Amino acid sequence: MDKAQLELVRGTLDVLILKALAWGRLHGYAITNLILRQSDEALLVEEGTLYPALWRLENKGLVESEWGLSENNRKAKFYWLTSEGRRHLRQETKTWEAYAAAVGKVLSATRPPVAEES
Amino acid sequence: MKPIPFWRRYARLLRSDVRADVNDELRFHLAAKVDQLIAQGLSPDEARREAERQFGELNAVQEVGERLGHDRERSKQRRDYWGGWVQDLRYAFRTLRRDRAFTIITVVILALGIAANTAVFSVVNTVLLRPLPFPDSAQLTRFESGRELNANVREAAGLSGLTYTVDAYQEFQRHNQSFQQVTSYNPFYGNGEFTLTGHGEPQAVLGLMIAGNFFQTLGVQPMLGRLFTTEESLKGGRAATLLSYGFWQRQFAGDPSIIGRTILLNKTPFVVVGVMPSSFDFGSVFAPGLRIDLYVPAYMDVLRNWGNTLAIIGRLKPGVPLAKAQAEADILFPELKAAHKDWWGDYSSTITGLKEYVTGKLRRSLIVLWCAVGVILLIVGVNLSNLLLARAAARSKEFAMRMALGAGRGRLIRQLLTESLVLSLAGAFLGLTLAFVITAYLAHQGSIALPLLSSIRVDGAALAWTILIAVTTAVLFGFAPGLRISTGNLQDALKDAGPGMSAGRKHERMRAVLVISEVALACVLLVGAGLLLRSFLRVLDVDLGFQPSHAAVIKVDYDDGGNRERRGAILREMLRNVDAVPGVEASGVADMLPLGRNRSWGFQAKGKQYPKDMALAALVRIVTPGYLGAMGMHLLEGRDFTWQDTQGREAAVIINQAAARRFFPGEDPVGRLALVNGDTRVIGVIADVREHSLEVSAQPEMYLPAAQADPEGAELVIRTKLPPEALASGVMRTLRALNPSQPAAEFRPLQQIVDHAVSPRRFFVMLVAIFALLGLTLASLGIYGVISYSVTRQTQEIGIRMALGATAFQVQRGVIARALRLALAGVTVGTIGSFAAAKWIASLLFGTRPTDPATFAGIVVLLCVVALFAGYLPARRASRIDPMIALRTN
Repeated sequence: MDKAQLELVRGTLDVLILKALAWGRLHGYAITNLILRQSDEALLVEEGTLYPALWRLENKGLVESEWGLSENNRKAKFYWLTSEGRRHLRQETKTWEAYAAAVGKVLSATRPPVAEES
Repeated sequence: MKPIPFWRRYARLLRSDVRADVNDELRFHLAAKVDQLIAQGLSPDEARREAERQFGELNAVQEVGERLGHDRERSKQRRDYWGGWVQDLRYAFRTLRRDRAFTIITVVILALGIAANTAVFSVVNTVLLRPLPFPDSAQLTRFESGRELNANVREAAGLSGLTYTVDAYQEFQRHNQSFQQVTSYNPFYGNGEFTLTGHGEPQAVLGLMIAGNFFQTLGVQPMLGRLFTTEESLKGGRAATLLSYGFWQRQFAGDPSIIGRTILLNKTPFVVVGVMPSSFDFGSVFAPGLRIDLYVPAYMDVLRNWGNTLAIIGRLKPGVPLAKAQAEADILFPELKAAHKDWWGDYSSTITGLKEYVTGKLRRSLIVLWCAVGVILLIVGVNLSNLLLARAAARSKEFAMRMALGAGRGRLIRQLLTESLVLSLAGAFLGLTLAFVITAYLAHQGSIALPLLSSIRVDGAALAWTILIAVTTAVLFGFAPGLRISTGNLQDALKDAGPGMSAGRKHERMRAVLVISEVALACVLLVGAGLLLRSFLRVLDVDLGFQPSHAAVIKVDYDDGGNRERRGAILREMLRNVDAVPGVEASGVADMLPLGRNRSWGFQAKGKQYPKDMALAALVRIVTPGYLGAMGMHLLEGRDFTWQDTQGREAAVIINQAAARRFFPGEDPVGRLALVNGDTRVIGVIADVREHSLEVSAQPEMYLPAAQADPEGAELVIRTKLPPEALASGVMRTLRALNPSQPAAEFRPLQQIVDHAVSPRRFFVMLVAIFALLGLTLASLGIYGVISYSVTRQTQEIGIRMALGATAFQVQRGVIARALRLALAGVTVGTIGSFAAAKWIASLLFGTRPTDPATFAGIVVLLCVVALFAGYLPARRASRIDPMIALRTN
């Protein structure tokens, strides 16, 4: 519990939720767990932000939901990606990767940029 | 696969509850968390507290969830609604395709109604609603003088009594304060008749004499070249002309290099300085049916001595109301008259808006026409309602079934409205196509003397109007059956195995009411059309005072150099030669024909005192001997002119009865002296001739011999039993032999002049009659539909009655009687409406009283006969019902 946890960078929550749902139908609690596990306990999505984000995604038509039964037979709401959501995920992943690479390049630079020829 | 939990089965039955959903979802989350924490070793109490702590503001999340949930519900409902509408649409198309006969009949009826409405709206819009095709056209006004004269006298003076002298025009132009610009043109169109030579065969062309600032005042720019310069507008300046677009296209094939070139008009060279745009058609605005070929400057110094020659157009200063201009003119003209002792009258003027002047007289007719098509639309709507109702009755079980399966009332009404909307829009589309054809046809009817006719087209306004009436019709008349259906009792409808139950009866009562109103509306239309038609026939019956059949007219040209003696000789020679052409029975020349242009000169009996306010003027025609005979006019007394009535002999005049009555009351005028530019002997009296129009009785008129007075143009009238075309080449050869520059002109049958004069009335009568027939057809369809349906419904009943001994005749009588009862009820209501309508159109009637019993009786009989036929077909079917089969079915 005391591991160093990272603040979520603004705008990444949606794409994380979509990615989690790419693995199949999940309820809200399972989504938190999945993100936590896959980030090696680095990313904790708080309930207070998770659910509003999920519902917004649903209103945008990127995910759909239906009531179902959880592993221990409780009534739970399951979410899954729509085809629109899947497309959105692919696109956001690409954007994120490009962004991360660019930021990485800048931060890992060891020399000042070569002066442009005039 | 997990089994479906029990509550899922009922989820759809319950209305979705957003609050509970959010609550459940969050509660599950907490429970799962608690489970996990317990598994990690916390006690249940601790675990719950820890979970709630971690979750944070539970209520805030709950609120957000509810808000988002409601948003989602709303958008889902919207989607469902539109999805439902698409479904309705698809369903409507499917059912309509299945019911092909119904669909076709409905769409055609609607198309006819909508086409009539759109076409008439286009006419009304062009003529009445749209402003004239000039910038700020509301500022344009037209002057009419002679307000101090009483109506009879004004009529007698003709155009001369309504126009101005150059002095009056220029003085008013100089002194008025209300107008930005005052301009004028010469409405005596004969003054502008020219012969164009040097471009193939000599051509008769019609020029309009305009003041220098005419186009500037109207705000019309030439398409090519320029307007007249001040120098060109003055006597002695370079002769210049502006071409009309049509003439430029016709004569010069639209060649732009014509600008700056010279054309020969009456052998005088005129420089073409410009071409007017196609949007400017003088005739269509100022003189319907007249085709102006070119414009020439009116040389004011020449016209100054010609008497009343100018029609005045003014453009008001911005913000100056018409009433103020009128008040100014009321003061200014008498002042001017006081300053000029030599003026003939004081030119007290009536100033009207140009738009009002052009279309004012048509307003009543067009509004009547508009109302007629409105009635047609009502009948169409009622018919549509009726058809939909009959269909709804046949589909009542389908609807009951759908209601039983959970369709709401609103949903069913929506379905029905969708169907009628689809029908209406299909009808509108077809109707619009039809309207396009009709307006295109009307726009090319040059022979109908209606202003602005050539610019009639289906425009945006007409399009919007069409869509408006189509949708209104659909909603209004599709709603009645919808309401009927949805208030029906579900169980009854399902149980109602066959027709004959109370619901069916209620249906039928409603349909009967619809048919009665339909017949009543058709009755009003028919009576209106009947009265107008009777008026039209009366107009055609009018004794014209001449014989329009078997006569033709051609414009002739000769050069007499203004010498009366030479003119007499030329005309005598011309007529002698024309008479020699085989087939010609009689011939004569006049400068102006009846029903066309006119002018008036002073006239009074010599040595007689007349009341002060009497106009001492009469219309004047300058004719040759033989003209009266060639026209078929009746010389009642005295003699015709001879070739001996020449300059130097005693001046002779023939007058008409109206002139005899006015100027020689209670006396025999023949042999008396009259004053017409000097002493003139009255040598004959002819029967009255309709001068202005067929509908206005004759005015005082005088005929002077061509060798003693100066004519304005020449029209050769030829009486022949042969078709005029057969004579054309022979006569033309004769004329050319005498005058090589005789323009190529066509023979116009005299009848054509009469037709042109009655064309506006013919136009209205034709349209109203077509609409009335349409109404009659629709009403009879309505009767047929209702009776036919009730026969189908009562098949069993009729079968039983026949089994009990009713004869086929009795059955038929029963059915026909019902049809007649419907028709009579409709006719009764309709007759009352017709009296009101007839009173309203009384001013459009001619020689027919609005309560004309023959028309009313005729229409009542006609409607009853039609109802009889409409009832007969179902009646025959009823009488052929086989009792055995009828009783077995069901």
